[in-house]
Parts: sequence; C-alpha cells; structure tokens
Amino acid sequence: MPIIPLRISAFTATSAAGTGVDEMLDALRSRRSGLTHNDFGTQPVDTYIGRVSSVENSPLPSHLNRWECRNNRLAWLGLNQDRFLEAAAAARERYGKTRVAIVFGTSTSSIGATEEAYANLDEEDRFPPHLRNPLVHTPHSTGDFLQHALELEGICITVATACSSSAKVFAQAERLIRSGLADAAVVGGTDSLCGSVLFGFNSLDLVSDKPCRPFDASRSGINLGEAAGFALLERDGGGPKLLGYGESSDAFHMSSPHPEGLGARKAINDSLARAGMAADAVDYINLHGTASRKNDEVEAKVIGDLFVTSTLASSTKGWTGHTLGAAGILESVITLLALEHSMAPGTLNAAQLDSVCGPQIRIENTEAQLRTGMSLSFGFGGSNCALLFGRGG
Amino acid sequence: MMAGHTAYIEGIGVWSPVLPSWDEASRILRGETPPLQESRKRPSPDLLPPNERRRAPDTVAVSLEVASKACSHAQRDPASLPSVFASTHGDLAITDYMAETLAQAPELISPTKFHNSVHNAAAGYWAIATGCMQPYTAVSASHLSFANGLLEALVQVHCDNANVLYVAYDIEAQGPLASVVNSTGRFGCALVVNSRPTAQAKFAVHWNTGAAAKPIESTADTQCASLVAGNAMAGAISLLDRLARSEGRCAYALGPGLSLELEVETMKNESGSAA
Repeated sequence: MPIIPLRISAFTATSAAGTGVDEMLDALRSRRSGLTHNDFGTQPVDTYIGRVSSVENSPLPSHLNRWECRNNRLAWLGLNQDRFLEAAAAARERYGKTRVAIVFGTSTSSIGATEEAYANLDEEDRFPPHLRNPLVHTPHSTGDFLQHALELEGICITVATACSSSAKVFAQAERLIRSGLADAAVVGGTDSLCGSVLFGFNSLDLVSDKPCRPFDASRSGINLGEAAGFALLERDGGGPKLLGYGESSDAFHMSSPHPEGLGARKAINDSLARAGMAADAVDYINLHGTASRKNDEVEAKVIGDLFVTSTLASSTKGWTGHTLGAAGILESVITLLALEHSMAPGTLNAAQLDSVCGPQIRIENTEAQLRTGMSLSFGFGGSNCALLFGRGG
Repeated sequence: MMAGHTAYIEGIGVWSPVLPSWDEASRILRGETPPLQESRKRPSPDLLPPNERRRAPDTVAVSLEVASKACSHAQRDPASLPSVFASTHGDLAITDYMAETLAQAPELISPTKFHNSVHNAAAGYWAIATGCMQPYTAVSASHLSFANGLLEALVQVHCDNANVLYVAYDIEAQGPLASVVNSTGRFGCALVVNSRPTAQAKFAVHWNTGAAAKPIESTADTQCASLVAGNAMAGAISLLDRLARSEGRCAYALGPGLSLELEVETMKNESGSAA
C-alpha cells in the first residue's frame, strides 16, 4: 500500500494572511491575522472575514478576460506568486502539454458571478450582457481558466467535495502520475468570498461575530475566507515530498462531523499507511480547526487519541479564516513552510484551550526541527482527507 | 484488442424520463424496442425513506437511483465501494434557488438548501444512505465531465486494484440561469467497475489514452443521443450504446490534446448480453 513519494517542486499560496509565501511566513511569525470585519456585499452578515482585497484591482490579462470573475482573478493572482507560473511553464516544456495534468479543487468556484447576474437581471429576467458567459457559470470555471492560463492540453478536472476539495487533489494527482497518465501535475484550489457561503453558513448558525478562535473553550464559530494556492508534483528530484494521503467518508450527516470522528481517523490512518509510517513520526499537524463547536471538539479528541504528546498541532484559521475548498492547498502550503523553516505555527486567537484538547494542540508558535507534517481537511457531506508531507533533504 | 489496460463492468444503472432502467435502456439502444412514449418525471430511489425521497434534490434522486441499480446489478454491497460522482453543473435547481434568494432576501436562505448546494451533495447522501465510509469524490470538467470522471474511476480501479462505483448525472437548468447554461431533462448512469474478471463481470472494457482524435461515433449515436438530447451528460450515451451491443469502440476527448479510447467486449461467461 505505501506509495513512492512525489516531489513538490514548486508551491505558493495567497490568502488574507499574505500574497505569496514570504508574506504568509511573515504573518505566521509575527502572528498577524488577516481577519477583518465583514464588509463584503451590500448587506453584510455581522462576522469577520479573510478577504484578499487586492483581487479587486487585479483584472485578468486581456488574453484571459473571457474568464473574468472574482474566483478566476484570485486564481490568477495566486499563480503569479513565487514564480509558480514559471515552474509550471518549465514542466510544460519538459514533459509536454498533454503530460502535465491539472487537478483543481474548489467548493463554490465562480458562483459569485452567477449571484451578481441574478442581482442585476434585466426587465425580462435575463442576465446583464457582460455576465451572459457560460464559462463562468459552471463548477469547472476556474479549472478551465487554469488550463488556458497554463497552456496545457491534457487532463484537467475539478474536484468539488466542499472543504476537502483541494486536499483530495493531491491524492488524485498521485494516482494519475503512478498510473503513467501524467508526468507531473499542477494541483491546487481557489475559493472566493460570495453571498452563498456568507449567508449559507450564517443560516446554519456557524459564523462567529468575532475573530474566530479555533479550539478555544469559548469559541463561537467560523470566519469565512478566500484563498488560492498551487503545487507542482513530479516524480523525481530533491525538495519537499508528498509522502502519503488518506481519504474517507463519514457516512453520517451532511453538515455535522461523525461524533467520534471515525472518518477522520480512517483518513489519518490511511495516510500513515501510504507513507509507511507510524503516528509517532508526525512532527506537526495543521488541523482543520474551523472554530465551530462541533468540529474542534471531535478533531481534538481524534488527535489526542492517535498521536504522541510530542507531536505539535494547531489550526491556522485565525490567520486566514476558513477558505473552504481552498483550505486544503492553503494549509498544505503552510505545512510545507513549517517544515522548511522549522517553525510550527500555533493557534492564533485562542486564549484558553478547550479541556478536550490534548498536549499536542498549541497556542504559541514553536521553533523546532520538523521532518514530517500532516494537513487535515474535512468537508460537508462527510468528505475527509489527510495529507502527509516530508521536508526537503 | 487495443493496447493499454482492461477493466471489467459488473453492473450498470441508467435513468432518464424515457430510459427508466438499464434493462429497458439497453433494448432501446439496440433498437429492439422504441423509446418509451410516456416519460416519468423523476425516479424514486427506494434507498431513501419515503419522506426523504420526496424532498431529495433531483440530482440526489437521479444519482442514488442509478448507483443503487448498478450495485444490485453487480451484486455488490454499496458500502464496500469507493465512488466517483461526476456532474457537469451540479444541482442547477439549487443554484437557481441560492442565486435568486440571495438577490431577493439573503437572510432567508434555507440551511438545508445551502448544505445541499455543495457539488458533493449526491455523493454525501449516497455515503449516508448506504453507510459507506470508503472515499468518494465529486468532480466536474465542463463538457468533458463524463470522460474525465470515468478516467478517474478507471485510474482508481487500475492503480489501487479497487472495485469502484462511477456515477454521472446532470439535470436541467432553471430560471434565469437556463439562458446561459445548456442542460435539459434529467439523466444519470452508473457503472460498477472491477480490476479483475470476476463471476459478476459482464463486459471487459479495454482502455487507453491517446492523442486527440476526432470522436469515434457510430450512426446509432445520433439516434441514441436524441434520448438524452440536451442533457449536459449526454456524452455518456456512446459508451452505454457499446455496452448495450456488447461490443464496439468509442473515444472521448479528455482535453484539447488528449483522448480516452474505449473498446467494449462481452465476457465469455455472460449468458445474456444485457442481463
């Protein structure tokens, strides 16, 4: 069952905590949150959000402006950081246009464009002319945009399993490379703020009117955020590695986790089995840690049960908010940064940890040599994914 | 036989208003019986309790119907199968509801409709209804959704020696969204695919990827296509046609420069071709 580790030859992330990895790392080190009071839309819900404001001033270049919308702008902004476009272009040159797959994760894709159209229907209930564009009113909008932006011609697929979307892309890409259908894969995800998620999570009483406090005893719900992140996976070479992954379903409820976290445990154990490792080899875990009452309670119990006390664990959503379908890639990038810079981020905004938390869950950042890091993502519909990464040699 | 990999189809499920089961669909596809005149509005999957059956979104009703029929055809316990759910557009009726409610009275969004709006709602309901803790995924790839979803299922079968359920479905666009999104009717199909030629295997499917080629279409495709015309998942009909005839080749574009080539062959131990 163990897999051959894949090389992660480039990675990047953009969120409210920073555009590109240098800003992200600086925000993590200085414990500077990207959360601000919600000012999104005309009648904003009373909550905090992780907004990437520069998106509004970053139109798509003219050759890509058929895909114009907030989600694709954010994806483009993300692609242009950390020389990721150059790395993807080099892979395209090296392997060929049909040999680099795109496996992209999103939850709501560019539904913000559909919302905008409905808010501006003409007297005959038609979309306004600039939004009569089928390309942006479908879940694959951003995947399709990426294929054109990266000038690739092979496999290009969108994974949309809510908040596990851009974690599961690593698993699917590994299978494509292992079975010889691709030599490399661009994986990643983008989700952008939109009415659907702000009002939707509000309708479920899951959003907090304060900056979110993951794992805090008095946590009061989530903050929504937006992010774009990407990684390039290849077979050979040095650098950080994808060591393993595990996927599972809760088979329990559409919007609540399994009370004992059975699906989460299965995903974690499968990721360790694919890496051929035991739980005590995991140095850092970036938790799902949304700051909802239920998620954090279940997740803390799972971590306490499965991991040794020396493993460091934290939620970084106090920096970025919950970026939904982009959380998997964003937090994978944070995990890779933790390994590279020997710094396990703590849990920003938490003051008094819930008594259910074991010694693994930390509030403060910890300087330590970290060889392996895990990232956990759990989504609506009970979709779970655990990813295991190794530091570059 | 083409070079590449071989997978085995153990079970098939189909539903559209005029193709209410694989048994009937395969006879219609072979031209043995005419398409049903009386069309049914939506399926009624017995997997769900009666009250949930009525309330389930159309995408959930269609996909659970075809998934459970494929599993019973394959004599497989649904809880044992990892699954791949593909839909071009997801639940277009819920997208219309969400966008309209947000434009009119956003604070009135229904929490149930919201959690049903995720692209993996059908897969999630399937996992809950069958108690399946195996991984599922939910994918989309615009007009290439059927082929890219099928490829992911075949890849899981091939590289993890797995027995995988593949479900593909789309429904019709509603409201103002219908002016930009082209999809009509309700249609779904499901396949249980195994890596080994078990006693349940009904067809062998040889598959490979190749350079972009123009799709291999038989004259039957045009007639069959009219059965699901306008549905965003209509492309599935080419493969279903080859399965109904127990033989033949078809090819699907995966991307601008890559295609998925498939060749269907009947199993020697098969007693009735569409049993």
